[in-house]
Amino acid sequence: MTAWHFFITHRSEILSATLDHIILVVISVDVAIAIAVPLGMLIVQHRHLRAVALGIASVFQTIPSLALFGFLIPIPFIGGIGRRTAIVALVLYALLPILRNTYVGLTNIDPAILEAAEAMGMTNTQILLRVRLPLALSIILAGIRTATVITIGVATIAAAIGAGGLGTFIFRGVAMVSDAVILAGAIPAALLAICADLLLALLERRLRVT
Amino acid sequence: MRRRGRLSRVRYSPRAVRLSIEMNAKTAPASDVAIEFRGVSYHINDIPARAIVSNLSLTVSSGETLVLLGRSGSGKTTLLKLINRMLVPSEGQVLVEGHVTTDIDPIRLRRGIGYVIQEAGLFPHFTVAENVALVPTLEKWDSARIAARVEELLRLVGLDPAEFSARRPRELSGGQRQRVGVARALAADPPILLMDEPFGALDPVTRADLQREFNSLSGRLNKTIVFVTHDIREALLLASRIALLHAGRLVALATPRDFLRLDHPEVHAFVESLSVSSGVSS
Repeated sequence: MTAWHFFITHRSEILSATLDHIILVVISVDVAIAIAVPLGMLIVQHRHLRAVALGIASVFQTIPSLALFGFLIPIPFIGGIGRRTAIVALVLYALLPILRNTYVGLTNIDPAILEAAEAMGMTNTQILLRVRLPLALSIILAGIRTATVITIGVATIAAAIGAGGLGTFIFRGVAMVSDAVILAGAIPAALLAICADLLLALLERRLRVT
Repeated sequence: MRRRGRLSRVRYSPRAVRLSIEMNAKTAPASDVAIEFRGVSYHINDIPARAIVSNLSLTVSSGETLVLLGRSGSGKTTLLKLINRMLVPSEGQVLVEGHVTTDIDPIRLRRGIGYVIQEAGLFPHFTVAENVALVPTLEKWDSARIAARVEELLRLVGLDPAEFSARRPRELSGGQRQRVGVARALAADPPILLMDEPFGALDPVTRADLQREFNSLSGRLNKTIVFVTHDIREALLLASRIALLHAGRLVALATPRDFLRLDHPEVHAFVESLSVSSGVSS
């Protein structure tokens, strides 16, 4: 059976797996943004928390992804089999690039601009929200872009704990020793990653302030 | 007593600030003290061996343009930042309009003091108008008043509002950026203006233009201006008095006319640099 033939005959199944995959990625990245961006803003204001936050986020990234999914299964509430556990793991993975870029973007600002802002009598919060954040947007978005591409890849492994998505075909193909079935999962996942990368790069360029 | 009243109004109402400044401009005698350094020292990390400023006393009168002149590292910029409490003295006190700076809320203090730096430090994500409107916006003026004020200020610094209001800083030349920086500093009509080598990064022709305009502007505005430079030519041109700093100490204080006659090695060094550079240029 050729890959092409498999694609044609299983197109609706592949399409629905792709949609599952997108949902998994979108939810995970959104949750990661909702945690990492405010956390990044917090560690700019409270520098003593910086090493702790960045350290913890780095640790998650060093755990092999398959192991992380495995570790989560026995944990009550967030663990178990299925999509919810997968999302928790994907969020933990996506945190670091977003957190790191948020922190770098918010701190790596022309000192003359920050000096002027302070001298004009802006409070730290005003400087954060009206100066640092708008100037950091494109760098934060670059972090989101990295996180999204990583998540699309790692999410294929989520199929191992029953979360669905394109990884289903990959695991099935490995078990069946069928390249065609593996490609039915791998090609859409790769295309998704490329599309997301291009779209977010475009948005990033638009937000850049020179 | 009068000063106390003025400051308490500065604390609470931006509208009152404007009114009191206008009144101040008419009634304040030239000898009124705007800024005073009382035995001020500043050490990095409070280590006395690393003094940037040592036991310095100096008063700045209302309405004068005091130029802080000195070599790089002489403590000029540090002195400037001690005035608006960007830095806090390790020893001694800095008084602004009769009040010790550490007794005043730094945010309120800074909103009453304009600040202009080299390269202007404009916000790149704001338009020219938004940059100029910064302090009035923070002070929650109504939008019609802000718009009128921005237009007035852009005209004051020689920029046509119709042409420049909507531009971004990157669409301006260095000289235009510096003009916007001055307009932004003047926006809420602060009685005091601090300028840290504002014309330092400009080409000589633009610099001469801006210096000339600065002179006519400072004459009209009646602000207390503290101006930092390492350029003795600029100091002589703009100052009502020159304070010469060397290694964190005040070594000379005189009007430009008297300054040239002072007998101090650091004064000689600066005056000689003047004759060398004019010798080369002529």
